[in-house]
Amino acid sequence: MKNHVWRPLFVVLGVAALILAARMFYVPKDFGVHDQGYMYGFHRLGNEQDWKDQKPEYRFEPEYCSGCHPDKAEELSTSPHAIIPCEDCHGPAKGHPEDPPKLPIDRSREQCMRCHAYLPYAQSGRSNIRGIDPAEHNPGTECVICHDPHHSNAVETPHPQPPLP
Amino acid sequence: MGFDVMDRREFIRSTAIFIAGASVPAAALEVMSAKELFAARPDIHWVFLVDTTKCVGCGFCVKACKLENGIPYDANVTRTWVERYVLTKDGKVRADTPKGARDGFITKQIDENAEGMKDIKDEDIDKAFFVPKLCNQCDNPPCVQVCPVGATYKTADGVVLVDRTWCIGCGYCIMGCPYGVRFFHPVEHVADKCTFCYHRITKGRKTACVEACPFGARDIGNIKDPNDPVAKVIMTQRVGVLKDEYGTKPQAFYIGLSKEVR
Repeated sequence: MKNHVWRPLFVVLGVAALILAARMFYVPKDFGVHDQGYMYGFHRLGNEQDWKDQKPEYRFEPEYCSGCHPDKAEELSTSPHAIIPCEDCHGPAKGHPEDPPKLPIDRSREQCMRCHAYLPYAQSGRSNIRGIDPAEHNPGTECVICHDPHHSNAVETPHPQPPLP
Repeated sequence: MGFDVMDRREFIRSTAIFIAGASVPAAALEVMSAKELFAARPDIHWVFLVDTTKCVGCGFCVKACKLENGIPYDANVTRTWVERYVLTKDGKVRADTPKGARDGFITKQIDENAEGMKDIKDEDIDKAFFVPKLCNQCDNPPCVQVCPVGATYKTADGVVLVDRTWCIGCGYCIMGCPYGVRFFHPVEHVADKCTFCYHRITKGRKTACVEACPFGARDIGNIKDPNDPVAKVIMTQRVGVLKDEYGTKPQAFYIGLSKEVR
């Protein structure tokens, strides 16, 4: 057969060879079929380690907090709020006290309303929590002015100031 | 004559053998039994347990997840969220999840999307409850099957992860997930999903959402360990899964699941 018939074939073979050669360099060595088989385990194995190496932001270790703040831990221990992890209100501890040296405290009214805005949902755990109507109960005021979230009974904390108008 | 080298019978036989041989895929020649697959990590298989009866809709889990995993705080994407279901006496089912419940549920008004915020009278409510949602880390993950490049996969210990260096952002997996747990990461520009806090659970800690929950509505455990508290509950109590009919074998189990939950 004449040469012009074969020529396109050589071109195709050349391109295929080029792609295979490029693939050898581009695809990582650990890419392939792993533990979960062809359908679910086709991946780069090193990525599992990449995810493991992610740095945690939250500590969620009560002893870590109480180590330096035993007074706060003691105060909180008799409160119903003792079930709330410190970092839910004080933010992720990360490397505190080195980094960051100060944690931002969420003292907002909205923070309290997460649990204490009354919702008439008898089938949920919300019904076990004492709640207020945010539109009626001193709207626009920060709860922590009257209620100490660490106090053993935050509801009954005496008003430090005259009652609000 | 040269023609009698191969007669018709011989031709048919050799053709049949050739076709049979050529039709065997290379994959079939590699022996990989189910036992071998399970043997990869026989000791750990992560499962999640949600107790919907304990959830109060505070949304601390959503907040913690976003901050732990670097999910843009104000973007409307989240790896986990909490849904509110309100069933009224007229038979209607309403569900909403404002900002994925990042700031909890602080109003009785229900977000009806285009129809605005809906006020519901206390006395009209039949049933109302919260349902936390997250990736089910399915044993048959449809999101992994559809990935054209092998960027998403299931680990030996049962967690579905995304390789951010390999994902091309085509979005097939986001469409493929029947639970809608995947989204496009607005900063990384790749598909993103719950990793069961792989960086925490592999260091002996629990996920951020589990530890942030003050009420014990969430927990994570190892189903292969008979002494694991989560495994014990799943083995001995009545638990449900979401969209069982899809055959995805979800690994997030729910206590107190109601039929209205989708």
